[in-house]
Amino acid sequence: MFKYFEPNKIFLITSKAPKYVLLLFIIILSIGLTEALILSPEDYKQSHSVRIMYVHVPSAWIALGTFSAITFLSIIGYIFKLRNIFLISKSLAPSGLVFSIIALVTGSIWGKPTWGTWWAWDARITSMLILVLFYIMYLVAWRIYENSDKAFKITLFITILGIINVPIIKYSVDWWNTLHQPASISILSKSSSIHVSMLFPLLIMTAAFALFSLLIFLMKYNTELIKIKNKGLDRL
Amino acid sequence: MISELLFMKGYGLFVWSAFAFTLFSFASLYVFIKTQYNKEKNKFIAKFGTLNSERAAFARSQRINEEILSNSSNI
Repeated sequence: MFKYFEPNKIFLITSKAPKYVLLLFIIILSIGLTEALILSPEDYKQSHSVRIMYVHVPSAWIALGTFSAITFLSIIGYIFKLRNIFLISKSLAPSGLVFSIIALVTGSIWGKPTWGTWWAWDARITSMLILVLFYIMYLVAWRIYENSDKAFKITLFITILGIINVPIIKYSVDWWNTLHQPASISILSKSSSIHVSMLFPLLIMTAAFALFSLLIFLMKYNTELIKIKNKGLDRL
Repeated sequence: MISELLFMKGYGLFVWSAFAFTLFSFASLYVFIKTQYNKEKNKFIAKFGTLNSERAAFARSQRINEEILSNSSNI
């Protein structure tokens, strides 16, 4: 199975895919923005400020999902000694970092009209800030140790430590009395307190953000492969 | 209609700034990653140009190298 993870084979696909992903992203984002800013209704309590949800929530979801994927891939890469898997997880990190920053900043902007403050040392917000720090540590570790064996071990250690924070982010609103509202959507239970007129644009924006994440991943992965090939040319 | 869309009952500044920050972050990340990509690619092409014919032929025999050289503007 692992022969399919060979960089030479993967590059044939990843080098051609970005332009199609970019095109699809622009189309889906345009539909999402129209839905989120114009067509979706305002909330009976929060009025138009609820529209911030359409950028805040998908960003948070993707930031958490990406970190979980990075951890999973790092563990798999370490167990099976697959350097390419580490390369894939490294390429996922930049978009994960940006999405976690977007979630924090847009959450802060949403907090001002809703709670009356830009920032509070609330469990959800603080744990999200910790996630940003873990992303930074992860990327800095790669920058310092390049693609050496030490980098694999250190980044694996950072992701294992960081993954403990992911369920804390998810359940902080249930475990502690927080300023942040509890989740409106649940995959495990069928009861979602969000109306379909708001759920639809939220899902479209999530799809658009996921496509952007994929686009950045593909571009970063190609860059990393070319970097390795550059070193290969030096040895010729 | 347009003023309603802009001001959003007093929430316009918050809503538009959140969306603007998101799109600005997207554009910045895209430009940053693309610059990195182009830099590495140009380095690869420059290095390839310095190889003698025998080494260049050997390098070209690897499909990934051929692919990098053929997709000069694939993003």
